[in-house]
Amino acid sequence: MTATVTTPGAPTRQRRALSQRAFGKIALSRKAVLPWLFLAPGLLLALVFKFVPMGKGIWLSLFEVRPFLGDKWVGLDNYTRVLSDHRFQDAIGHTLVLGIGQSLGAIALGFLLALLLEGQARSLRIVRTAVFLPVVTATAVVGELWRLMYYPTSDGLINSGLGFLGLGPVPFLDNPDTALWATMAMGIWIWAPYNMVILLAGLAGVDRHLYEAAAMDGVSLWQRLRYVTLPAIRPALGIVLVLAAIRGLRVFTEVYVLTGGGPAGSTDVWMTRAYTLGFTRNDIGSASAASVVLLCVTLLLTVTVNYFRKRGDVR
Amino acid sequence: MSAPAIDPVQTPSGKPGKSAKLSVSLTGRSGGQRRTTPARFDTALGWSDRPGPAWALRILLCAIALGVFAAPFLTILSGALSTHPSGSSLSFFPHDATLLNMRVAGERGIWDYFSNSLVIAGGGLLLQLVVCTLAAYALARHRFRGQALVLTLFMLTMMLPEEVIAIPLSLVLGHVPVLGLDLKGTVWGVILPLGAWGFSVMLLTEFMKDIPDEIEEAARLDGVGELRMLWQVVLPLCKPALGVAGVLGFIMIWDQYLLPLIAAKDPTDYTVTVALAVLRTDPEVGSGVVLAGAVIALVPSLVVYLLLQRSLVTGIAAGATKG
Repeated sequence: MTATVTTPGAPTRQRRALSQRAFGKIALSRKAVLPWLFLAPGLLLALVFKFVPMGKGIWLSLFEVRPFLGDKWVGLDNYTRVLSDHRFQDAIGHTLVLGIGQSLGAIALGFLLALLLEGQARSLRIVRTAVFLPVVTATAVVGELWRLMYYPTSDGLINSGLGFLGLGPVPFLDNPDTALWATMAMGIWIWAPYNMVILLAGLAGVDRHLYEAAAMDGVSLWQRLRYVTLPAIRPALGIVLVLAAIRGLRVFTEVYVLTGGGPAGSTDVWMTRAYTLGFTRNDIGSASAASVVLLCVTLLLTVTVNYFRKRGDVR
Repeated sequence: MSAPAIDPVQTPSGKPGKSAKLSVSLTGRSGGQRRTTPARFDTALGWSDRPGPAWALRILLCAIALGVFAAPFLTILSGALSTHPSGSSLSFFPHDATLLNMRVAGERGIWDYFSNSLVIAGGGLLLQLVVCTLAAYALARHRFRGQALVLTLFMLTMMLPEEVIAIPLSLVLGHVPVLGLDLKGTVWGVILPLGAWGFSVMLLTEFMKDIPDEIEEAARLDGVGELRMLWQVVLPLCKPALGVAGVLGFIMIWDQYLLPLIAAKDPTDYTVTVALAVLRTDPEVGSGVVLAGAVIALVPSLVVYLLLQRSLVTGIAAGATKG
C-alpha cells in the first residue's frame, strides 16, 4: 500500500485536476489510499474495542459459556431465559419508570431553569455557571454526595430539612418503596441543568420581534409562552427528549454508585442486572443476551428518531 | 478567520440556523449585539431588569436554584474538612476545619488512584484528539469510496457505549484479538477503548467541512503536503472545535466508571472515581474520608469546567443539535 504512495518522481503535489489527468493511475491510487491512512487509527480502535466486542457479545449470547469446558451452543435459550426471568422483567420495569420519570422531570425542570435564567446579565451568567455544576461532576462523586444527603436518620441533610417542615425522617435509599424515587430525583438533579443549556440555546434563537408583536396584540404571558416560545423551541425539546430516552435505557453508573440495585432489587435496572449476571454470577451467555436486547432497542430507537427527524428537516 | 460553525455571535433573526444553533447559552447572547427591542422582549418570560415584585421573585427563585444545584457541593467540601465525619452531621460550613480526612484518604492510597486517573485522562484525551482529528480530516477534506459507510460506523460507536458491550469488552481486554495481549491491569485497557469517540469525529468533521476550499487550494499550490496541510493549515483554523472536543472529552473520560472497573486486575488499578466505592466500603474510615476523596475527584473536572466553560456549553448545544 505504501509503495504506491511513495512512487518516486510522481509530481504528487499538483492541483488535483492536473495530476489526475497526467498521471492518472498513480495519482488515483494515491488519492484512494490517503484517506484510509488517516482513518486507520480510528477505525482500528473502533473495530477492536467496539465492533469486535459487539460481535462477540452477539455470538456469546447464543452459547452457554463454560470456562475450561468449552462453550455449548444453546440457540436462543439465553434470550428466553433472560426475558422470562422475573428479576429481569422487574429490572426492565424499573428502567422504564426511571427513564421516563427522570427524562420528563429533567426536561420540565430544565425548561423552568432555562426560563428563569435566560438573559445576558452578568449575575445570571454566574448563576448559570453554578447551576451547571452537577453536569460536569463525575457521576461517582454525585452518587457519594447524594448518599450522604439521603442519610436516613433525622439529622441527615434532606431529612433535617424535612424535619423542619414537620415531616418524619424518610429512609430514602434503605426502603424498597422509596429507593427508586430517590434515584430518580438524583437523575433529575444531574440532567436538568444539561437540558437547560440546550433549551437556552433554543430560547436564544427565538425572534425577539415575535415577542414585541405578541405584546402589541395584547396576549397574556401564558399565551406568549404557549404560542410563541414553545413552537420555536420545539426542535430543541425534541432533541432533549430523544437524548434522555436513550440515556435512560442504558443507565448504569448512577444506579450502581447510589444503590447498587438494592435494596432487595428495588432499583435494579437493565444494565445493573446484566452486570450482576455477567460479573458476579459469571453467566456470560445470559448477560450477553441481555446486552444484545438492549443494543437492539437502542438502535431501533435511534434509527426511528433519525428517520423522523430527517423527514422533518426535508419538510 | 472564524469558520462559521462555532460562531458565538448570535444572529437575532428567527430560526436556529446553522450559526444560531451553536450559539452559546451559559454565556448568553454575546454582548456585542445591539439591543433593538426593549428589555422586556429579551426573554421568553419578559423578565424586567428594573427592581419590582417580579424582579424580587426572580432573585428568590435564583436563590432556590442555587441552593438546590450548587449548595450540595459546599456540603462535600465542609464534610471533607470537618473532624467528626459522620454522614449525619453534614452542614454547609465546617465547624472546625481540618485536613485530617485528606491525610487519612492519602494513607488509603487516594493519591495513587488520583495519579491513575490523571494518566488515563491525559493519555486518553491525547489519543482521542489525535485519532479523531485524523479521521475527521479524512472525512471532511477528502472524497473517497465508502465515505458514508465510515461515517455510519463512527456514528454507530456512539450507540455502543461501554455499558452495552461491557461483558464481551472485558473478555477482549483480557485477550486482544490477533495480538493476544492482556491489557487488563494496565492503563492501556482504559485508554485505548476511549480512542475512537464518534462524537469528536462528528464534531471535528462538521467543523473542518466549513473551511473554505480556496484556502486548501492555495496551500496545495504552494506545495503543502497532507500532513503539513492538516497541521499548519486545517488545525489552526479549527481551534475552537478542538477546544470543545477537548473539554467534552476530558469530562467524558473523567466520568468513566464501568470501563476502569472492568479493565482493572486488582483495586490498585482503579481510577479515583471508582476508588470512592472502595473508601466507602472500608469499615475503618468514616464518610468524611470518602468526602475528602470526592473532593479530590471533583477538583480536576471543576478546574477544566471553570477554565473552558464556554467551549463546554457550546459543545453541548452543538452536539445536541447534530445528534
